[in-house]
Amino acid sequence: MTDQLTGREPEVGRARVRKEDARLVTGRTNWTDNITVPGLLHIAILRSPMAHARIERIDVTPALERPGVVAAYTGRDLAEGLGSLPCAWPVTEDIVLPEHPPVAVDEVRHTGDPVAVVVARDRYAAADALEAIDVDYEPLPPVLNMEAALAEGSPLVHADKGTNRCYTWPLATGEDYATVRERADVVLRRRFVQQRLIPNAMEPRAVVAVPPDTSDQYTLYSATQIPHIVRVMMAVVTGIPEHRLRVVAPDVGGGFGSKLQVYGEEAIGLAVARKLGRPVKWTESRSEGYLATHHGRDQIQDLELAATRDGRLLGLKVDLLADMGAYLMIVTPGVPLLGAFMFPGIYKMDAYDFTCTGVFTTKTPTDAYRGAGRPEATFAIERMMDELAAELGMDSVEVRRRNWIGHDEFPYTTIGGLTYDSGNYESATDKALALFGYDDLRSEQRKREERGDPVRLGIGVSTYTEMCGLAPSRILRDLRYGAGGWEAASIRMLPTGKVEVLTGTSPHGQGHVTSWSQIAADVLGVPFEDVEVLHGDTRTVPQGMDTYGSRSLVVGGVAVHRAARKVVDKARKVAAHLLEASEDDLDFADGVFSVKGSPDAHKTIQEVAFATFTSHDLPDGLEPTINAEHVEDPEAFSYPHGTHLCAVEVDTETGRVRIRSYVCVDDVGKVVNPMIVEGQVHGGLAQGIAQALFEEAVYDEEGNLVSGTMADYLVPCAADLPDFLTDRTETPATTNPLGVKGVGEAGTIASTPAVVNAVVDALRPLGVTDVRMPCTPERIWRALRDARSARPEEGSS
Amino acid sequence: MTRISVKVDGTAYEDEVEPRLLLVHYLRDRLGLTGTPVGCDTTNCGACMVDLDGKSVKSCSVLAVQADGGEVTTIQGLASADGEWHPLQRAFHEQHALQCGFCTPGMIMAARDLLRENPDPTPEEVREGLEGNLCRCTGYMNIVRAVLAAAAEERRHQAPEPGAVAEHAEPSTAGSGAPV
Repeated sequence: MTDQLTGREPEVGRARVRKEDARLVTGRTNWTDNITVPGLLHIAILRSPMAHARIERIDVTPALERPGVVAAYTGRDLAEGLGSLPCAWPVTEDIVLPEHPPVAVDEVRHTGDPVAVVVARDRYAAADALEAIDVDYEPLPPVLNMEAALAEGSPLVHADKGTNRCYTWPLATGEDYATVRERADVVLRRRFVQQRLIPNAMEPRAVVAVPPDTSDQYTLYSATQIPHIVRVMMAVVTGIPEHRLRVVAPDVGGGFGSKLQVYGEEAIGLAVARKLGRPVKWTESRSEGYLATHHGRDQIQDLELAATRDGRLLGLKVDLLADMGAYLMIVTPGVPLLGAFMFPGIYKMDAYDFTCTGVFTTKTPTDAYRGAGRPEATFAIERMMDELAAELGMDSVEVRRRNWIGHDEFPYTTIGGLTYDSGNYESATDKALALFGYDDLRSEQRKREERGDPVRLGIGVSTYTEMCGLAPSRILRDLRYGAGGWEAASIRMLPTGKVEVLTGTSPHGQGHVTSWSQIAADVLGVPFEDVEVLHGDTRTVPQGMDTYGSRSLVVGGVAVHRAARKVVDKARKVAAHLLEASEDDLDFADGVFSVKGSPDAHKTIQEVAFATFTSHDLPDGLEPTINAEHVEDPEAFSYPHGTHLCAVEVDTETGRVRIRSYVCVDDVGKVVNPMIVEGQVHGGLAQGIAQALFEEAVYDEEGNLVSGTMADYLVPCAADLPDFLTDRTETPATTNPLGVKGVGEAGTIASTPAVVNAVVDALRPLGVTDVRMPCTPERIWRALRDARSARPEEGSS
Repeated sequence: MTRISVKVDGTAYEDEVEPRLLLVHYLRDRLGLTGTPVGCDTTNCGACMVDLDGKSVKSCSVLAVQADGGEVTTIQGLASADGEWHPLQRAFHEQHALQCGFCTPGMIMAARDLLRENPDPTPEEVREGLEGNLCRCTGYMNIVRAVLAAAAEERRHQAPEPGAVAEHAEPSTAGSGAPV
């Protein structure tokens, strides 16, 4: 749509190619591992080969004899200057909060727990010297199974705490669940397992710590999503005063939650730089990262769904066990609770009962992974809706229709206590069904079944919503989170007419530089090309809450919008003076202030900026700047939704799954850049499908990570994934001025249940009611074999 | 230490290297050519792909000494001398085939090798041809689009006569995702 008066096409809504790309496609990148400074030393970290053991003796002195080795430290050597790594989300008053030293002192609690640090002149020398370190371990029993860990007499991950139970967090809303269940015609019970996943951002983590420079600040470069949070937390952990610490997230190669973390290696880097007065670098190898970078998901979900015979939901009961791993990282305990409010999904019901118990095990800690709590919740309810449809012999779309919130019922306060501001599930679903060819596929499915085709067709439905825009700070207070959920932006109007946007978000692939330029350009009426967006450096952008949880656009993008509006408001005062008119008599459009009725009397916003630069002619008391900043604390979460449909062909002889088609219609509200949105959806789908079909972090009974390299953990490649058919409906959010809802996690949240529902749908006529993720050929083959042996009258085993 | 001479992105180098030094570390740490990143330690991800004597190789699994006497092209040497991007670089940009961009150097080098062998691939051939390169951001669909777009452009560029018809469907740039 073009502005009728000016002919200027709005930037918001345009598929702008990204400003970020030029450096990235030509290799002129600035990854943390690229950074070098004079005198740089390299850190290598010796890690525990055992899941659980006491360190009886450790001697790093032989490493010091190795060529090029400058220093070597045990956990005890470093403990003096380093506190425990922080957990910012103590979800209950009585939560068990174990100590978490960056380098283990007396005891190791997962394979990969750091035990010693070597500092050498190059990365090869540092790695070589690790083998010279002597460690005597006294093995302790590993704790690997959550249910066994909670049983009386289980070995303990943290003996001083007397329990492996980290916390229990209950929520009960609506009517009493037990009473509601009495009324039910159907009560379904299922156990689903969210397997442990490894996030696998393509850029391994890296840290460069530089001792104080001319500004007397330490500089920490880190491949992180959260430079601002890291700064605060590193000040606490290392004792370096916050104002003497600068944290920079340079080019960051993906995160997916794995770089939403405050890591021991960041503390180690600063501690070593402080001890030696030399800059140091640590870069993880991929296999090291599989042990040292946090994992995701890992929940056992016990679910009970009560419904009437005609398919109306009455109540939902959720009992979760959530694996914390060995320690609590920055938001480990809170991740399952991000799902607590989302298990009811888009559906109406009378009672909801939720309990989550966090459990310590001797595994790598878990924490946020794309979707963080919401994929687990969505998986559970969407699988249950299909189970209910099957139980009642009802179409799986129809059972959803009977229960979802109607488009005319918004705003709607759910049983989980969230108020969904807007949505149109009917519209997204109808569009998706048409694109998918739902009826034709159902018909083909029946034909294949009738003729006993060994390759069965399955259709999976997932009608999801999620909560984005983390987060209204008061809600975070109520959830006992340790910080607010605001985001900051400031805008500098430069004398030459160019514009700098400083954002507290910290993009690592999301294209904020492009999208924020579009937002600012529209409000200010300046060319897209004249806007630069700066981020990821606490010296440049002193205030920020960083990037995770699909929050950046909804909170940070809105902050940019509002900061730009403040610039215009300030500029209006100056323009009124320059044009000798009253503020009320000024129009502002397309970057130009003009006097109503006298279109020849005008000033561009750039001219106004220059007038404040010279300041030669400003009225008394008017501050000579039109720069502005805004800190946005969202009033509510936002609720993107959509309908995802997946058709799979399952070869019942080999267990192989082929995704035949995948259609999704997402409603992410207003869209700033449709190309970027589509890209986010694609990538999200790939990760959600990967959980359904390919990926799992597997531990053996000793607690070794068996899927410990990229050769053993199946990150899908191009040949493993299909083309996606994506489309959108657009129901604007009513809780922010841009009408945006967030899109970073939608694809991941929606797709996992769509795929698994499709796999189960294909096999249900053969007696299969569930397949544990990932639905590998082996698991499908076994599920079919078990189903056959459970129904001997229908065939041989 | 072993003496090697190798030409990288058009510049000749002579260096003493440890025999165990990986080519990728030689490029990154000795020559400062950090455009080629390291994404794994098991030769799975392909982020470190470069061209060695006309074939794409994962430079984390080649020793610097093995490149002795050879010619290496990295992502940093793909653009022409006057800075004009390679068609694949343009296509990746225009088709939004990168998000974080970490896999992009390897992905582009692998695609370049693929198109040398098969200038007119089907989408399936592109997917299979890029099996050795992992991307965690894009879901690959736009990468496939980009490779097909670059292939079409190169064919147009090399077509003997104007109006030559591409054998395979060109990627769609229509719809909501069309770049401007």
